[in-house]
Amino acid sequence: MPNNKKSCEHMEKLCTALNNNAYYQKFDAYKNKVLALGNDSLEKTIAIAVALCLVCAVLVSFAAVALKPLQIDNKAADMKKNILDVAGLLEEGADINAAFSEKIEAKIVDLETGDYVENVDADEFDQRKAAKDPAQSVAIPKDKDIAHIRVKAKYAKVFLVKEAGVTKSIILPMHGYGLWSTLYGFLSLDADGQTVQSINFYDQAETPGLGGEVVNPNWRALWKGKKVYAETDQPSLEKGLITEADIGEPALSLIKGVVDNTKPGSQYQVDGLAGATLTSTGVTNLVRYWMSNEGFAPYLKKVRTVKEVKS
Amino acid sequence: MSAILNDETKKVLTAPLVNDNPITLQVLGICSALAVTSQMSTSLIMALALTLVTAFSSAAISAIRNHIPSSIRIIVQMTIIASLVIVVDQILKAFAYDVSKQLSVFVGLIITNCIVMGRAEGYAMKNPPLESFMDGIGNGLGYSLILIIVAFFRETLGSGKLLGIEVFKLTKDGGWYDPNGLMLLPPSAFFIIGLIIWAVRQWKPGQAEKVEFKIMSIAHGEGGHH
Repeated sequence: MPNNKKSCEHMEKLCTALNNNAYYQKFDAYKNKVLALGNDSLEKTIAIAVALCLVCAVLVSFAAVALKPLQIDNKAADMKKNILDVAGLLEEGADINAAFSEKIEAKIVDLETGDYVENVDADEFDQRKAAKDPAQSVAIPKDKDIAHIRVKAKYAKVFLVKEAGVTKSIILPMHGYGLWSTLYGFLSLDADGQTVQSINFYDQAETPGLGGEVVNPNWRALWKGKKVYAETDQPSLEKGLITEADIGEPALSLIKGVVDNTKPGSQYQVDGLAGATLTSTGVTNLVRYWMSNEGFAPYLKKVRTVKEVKS
Repeated sequence: MSAILNDETKKVLTAPLVNDNPITLQVLGICSALAVTSQMSTSLIMALALTLVTAFSSAAISAIRNHIPSSIRIIVQMTIIASLVIVVDQILKAFAYDVSKQLSVFVGLIITNCIVMGRAEGYAMKNPPLESFMDGIGNGLGYSLILIIVAFFRETLGSGKLLGIEVFKLTKDGGWYDPNGLMLLPPSAFFIIGLIIWAVRQWKPGQAEKVEFKIMSIAHGEGGHH
């Protein structure tokens, strides 16, 4: 019987109901019997193990379920923060949700055609979930799967930063395999779809201090101004323009050591991460994959605004 | 208060701070002390998380200690510790998302932290819940103390900051302090903990281990011949 008399004073009805319940009586009798058994008896060992597991399972599931909404909000806010960060719009102490909805526009892109998809709600669309859904994803042929991701969503969610109706930057999601983990990140490009503004990895589990340095602000700053696609010998440069015909294959890569900025081709090179060759290769591959025809090249072809070149 | 803080409670609460410190004397829980101490904020959260887990797991284990079958003793302890760690991890993810991202796997690794397990097995299995709870708090605080000292040196010397606030102006921002990059890497915690252990043992010579064997001197013969 519930032996705590004090708590019974407050919940008399519950206690009597419980005491009169046949199942509870059976449980109570069994509990007393088990507790009286020797600690090393088989029955007690199993009973204690089962009871402990039940109690712990309830505790853990309660915490997980009760805190889920807060965790989801945190994740969403963190994602917005990363997008603002890669767009260079993150201000210390500013309201992230307000800044995001004011400055950034989410769009859904059909990766194959490069067109915007209007009938999908950009706020609701989750590219990572879509990649796992067979109806919304496609398998990547082995020879093209340089980023080692096996499947990709048919649609991708891109973000545009606009000022007075003019696109200032295009933020593209990317992911691919490094050494230990799949790295998820964003690449922010100028409106020319060619010049890098910034890169940012928001989800990765590479070796802290080595591959984990992909989040280091100093390293990320090296990406600014780099070019994604190989430019041909620039015949149209004389006219002061880079045209569509000048844009070739993705050429951007991480190299071993430090980039010599005076050498030709250095505009396609970023310093590799010291002591993290496999992570560096992974980053090169994932950038090249997502910038290729498999990824955002068809889209960039359509939205790119040809830019004047300083001579 | 004095009724709660009897001699035993006082002893278990204060002894682990210096005299019986889990890190410097028992040399337990070193792994996370290396990993999370590059910043003060992560160290504080880690210290708090570990203190709470040790205290509550010790109390819970102590409460059922007379009914734990000895054949599954360790698994029972681990189940309780693991459940509490998951709860702490969930709470951090909900209320301190940035810190939980920085601590990443190390919160989960509290499960395998030797201090928690050591107190459960070494103290809570033999003592009543309240004392076990206090023992957990005491050992957690002893761990916290070392973590805070290490983090203090690592963050100030490594990034010129304390809790993210600038203390030394860095040369790259036009100041005078050139940060010591080694301080940001885990090995530096080894050096600092080593220095702390040395200092404590100078102060309290009783903590030094007995010499297990002597290096023989060649000048006195014997050792030199093979």
